[in-house]
Amino acid sequence: MSTTTTRRVEPTGEVTEDAPRALKAAIGPSDRIFRGVSRSGGLAVLAIMSLIGIFLGYRAIQALREAGISFLTTEAWEPNGGDFGIAAVLTGTVLIALVAIGVAVPLAVGTALYISEYAPARIKQTLISMVDLMAAVPSVVYGLWGAFFLQWNILGLSRWISTWLGWIPFLSVDGADPRDPLATETVYTASTLIAGIVVAMMVTPIACSVMREVFAQAPAGEREGAYALGATKWGMIRSVVLPYGKGGMIGGTMLGLGRALGETIGVYMVISPVFEIQPRILESGSNSVSALIALRYGEASDFELSALMAAGLALFLMTLVVNFAASSIIARSRSGAVSDA
Amino acid sequence: MTAVDIRPADVGADDPSTGGTTLPPPVPPGSPEEPRRSLVLLRTSDIFALVGAFAASVSITFVLFTQLLPFEGAIGFVVLAYVLFLIVYALLVSLDDDGPAVRDKVAAVAVHGLALLLGVGLVFVVLYTLGRGAEALPNLNFYTEDMRVTGPLDPLTSGGILHGIVGTLIMITMALAITIPLGIVCAVFLNEIPGRLSRLVRTIAEAMTALPSIVAGLFIYATWITAFGLGQSGSAAALAITVMMLPIVIRASDVVLRLVPGTLKEAAYAVGAGQWRTVWHVTLPTARSGLMTSIILGTARGIGETSPVLLTAGFTAAVNTNPLEGPMVSLPLLTFELVKNPQPEMIARGFGTAATLMVLVLLLFAVGRAVGGRGPGQLTRRQQHRRVLASRRDAERFRRTDAARPRFTTQEEGQRR
Repeated sequence: MSTTTTRRVEPTGEVTEDAPRALKAAIGPSDRIFRGVSRSGGLAVLAIMSLIGIFLGYRAIQALREAGISFLTTEAWEPNGGDFGIAAVLTGTVLIALVAIGVAVPLAVGTALYISEYAPARIKQTLISMVDLMAAVPSVVYGLWGAFFLQWNILGLSRWISTWLGWIPFLSVDGADPRDPLATETVYTASTLIAGIVVAMMVTPIACSVMREVFAQAPAGEREGAYALGATKWGMIRSVVLPYGKGGMIGGTMLGLGRALGETIGVYMVISPVFEIQPRILESGSNSVSALIALRYGEASDFELSALMAAGLALFLMTLVVNFAASSIIARSRSGAVSDA
Repeated sequence: MTAVDIRPADVGADDPSTGGTTLPPPVPPGSPEEPRRSLVLLRTSDIFALVGAFAASVSITFVLFTQLLPFEGAIGFVVLAYVLFLIVYALLVSLDDDGPAVRDKVAAVAVHGLALLLGVGLVFVVLYTLGRGAEALPNLNFYTEDMRVTGPLDPLTSGGILHGIVGTLIMITMALAITIPLGIVCAVFLNEIPGRLSRLVRTIAEAMTALPSIVAGLFIYATWITAFGLGQSGSAAALAITVMMLPIVIRASDVVLRLVPGTLKEAAYAVGAGQWRTVWHVTLPTARSGLMTSIILGTARGIGETSPVLLTAGFTAAVNTNPLEGPMVSLPLLTFELVKNPQPEMIARGFGTAATLMVLVLLLFAVGRAVGGRGPGQLTRRQQHRRVLASRRDAERFRRTDAARPRFTTQEEGQRR
C-alpha cells in the first residue's frame, strides 16, 4: 500500500506525489476501558494456566530433586521411604487409555458414520443431541455402572479369553485355574479391561462428535461424483468420506485419548490399586496416575504431596502433548474442521 | 444449459470417428413396451437375508454355547452371535449379488450394529442408574434431610442428600459467578482484539480443556489449602470447578461469537458506534442464545466433576451453608462416598444421589438445547412471529407520530383529503 503512489497534475500545473494518508483512529475513553478490561480477561486466563504449570512444577521440585531420573523408572510408591516413581502408574494409565481407545474408536467411527450417512434425516438431530448429552453425563455415573454392573457381568468373557487366548502375553491371568470349578472369580474383577471399558463409555461420545462433524463436511460434489461412477454407498464412504475425514478421525481419537489419560473417578471406583507394572489386562489390579493422586492425597506428608505433584505434572504434560497433537491434526486435516469439545 | 441437440445435420449420429454422441437406435414401431424398472432400494430378498441370517446366527450360537464349546455369559453370546450374523449375512447376500454389493450390505449392517451397540450401551448406563436409584428416590426425606443422625444400617426412610444438593448448588453458583464474566470477557477478547496475544490465549485456553480434573483439584489443594492454609471448604471446591469450566465456556463462546455476521458489526460501526457499544448492543445480543448454550454446557460439566471436589471440599454428613469454612459435599462426591459403604441401604442412597445428579444434568442440557442450539440470527417460529408483531407495532407507531406531526401539505394532497 505504501508504494502505490500516483502522480497527478494539480490545476496550477505543478506535479505532486500523492502519498497515502495516515489513518488515525481516535479511540474514546469508553473503548479504551473496554479494551483494557477484555485484555485483562485474556491475561487472567493466561495467568491461571501458567500458575497451574508453575505451581505444580514448583511443588514437584522437592520430590524430583530427591528422586532424580529414577522417578520415571521406579515401580513403587513409598515417598516417605524415598522409594517412589511413576513407572507402574504411568504404565497402568497408558494401558487403561489404550483399552479405552481400542473399544471407543470402532464404536465412535461406526456411530459417526451411521449418523452422518445412514440415519434417516428426521432422527439425525435427535441422535446428535443424544450423543452430546452422553458426553455430559457425569463420570461418577459411568463409574457406578462399571463397579456394580459391568464388573460382575464381564467375568465370563474375561475367563473365556484368558483360558483360550492366555498364550498371548497380555491376556494371561496369574492364579486362575480354568479346570477348577470352585475357583474364585475375583481374580478377574477390578482389572484394566473393566476400567478401560468404563473410560471408553466416557470418551466415545467426544470422539464420535468430532468424527461426525468432519464426515458431515465431506464435499457433496465428490460424493455425487462417486455415485455417478457407479459406487455403492459403502464404496462412496470408502473412497470419499473416510479419506476426507481421516484427519478428523485421528484428531478425535487423540482427543479421546487425552480424556482417557486424565480420567480419575471412573477408574478409581473400578480398579484395585497395585504399585508394580502389571501388563495383564484381564487380571485384577491396575492403577493410574490420577487414581494414585485421589487415593494418597489425604494422609500425605509434605514430601509425599510433592511427589504427588510431580506425578500430576507428568500426567498434565502427557495430556497436554496428546491434546495439542490432536488439535493440530484436526486443524491441518483437509476439512480444517472446527471442533468444540 | 438444456440438453438440446444442435448438431449439424450432416454429422453421422452413429459414426464414432467424427466424435459425435452415440444415440440409441430408434425403437421400431410396434415393438413391445420396455417394462418399467423398479427404483425401490429395498428388495424382499434383502429382508429374507436379514431375517435368515439373524435366525441362523442365533441358532448356531445357541448350539455352540450349550453343546459344543466352553462358552458362557450373555456378553459372549451376543458377541459370537453378531460375528456369525455378519458371516451368514454375507453368504446369503452373495447368493444373488456381486462383490461390491455384498461389501456394501455387510458394511451397512456392521455400521448399524456398532451404532446400535453404542446407543444401547449408553442408554443402558442411564437406565441402570435410574433403576437402582428408584428404591431411594420416592422417599421424600431423601431430599429434605441430611445424613447427620442416620447410621449406616438405618432404613431409607431416614436420612437424605440435602447436604449434597445444597453443596452442589452453592459450589456451582460460586463457580458460575466467576466463570460467566471471565469466560465471556475472554471470548470477546479473542474475537475483538485479534493479534499475537489473543492467539496465545486461544492456544492456552485450548490446552486447558485438556487439563485432567484431578490436576485442577491438586492445583487448588496446593495453593488454596496448603500454601494459603485456608482449609478445605466449598469455596476451594468452587475454584477447582471454575478451573475446569472456564476453558469449556471460553471455547464454546469463542466459536459462537465468531459466527456473528460481520455485516452486523460493520453496520454498527458505520452508524458511528464505538467498539464497546458494538459489542454490547450488537455482538453479544446476537450471540445470546449461543452464549447461553456454552454456559450451560460448562455448567453440566462442572456440576458432575468429582475428583476436584474430592481433593478440595472434604466430606461431611451435615448441611453446611457457609462456603468459606468447613467441609462441604457435592452430589457426585456424595455418590462416590456413599457407594463405598458395604450396606445395601447406603448403596441404594448412592444410586439415588447419582440419579438425582443425572436428572439435574439432563434438565440443564434440555434447557440449553431449548434456549440455544441455533446460530445467531436464526429464530424459532414463535420468535419470528414476535418479531413480525413488533415490526407491525413499530410501523403503526411511525404512522401515528407521522400523522400527529404538523406538516405542509401539497396542493394535490389537500385536494385528495
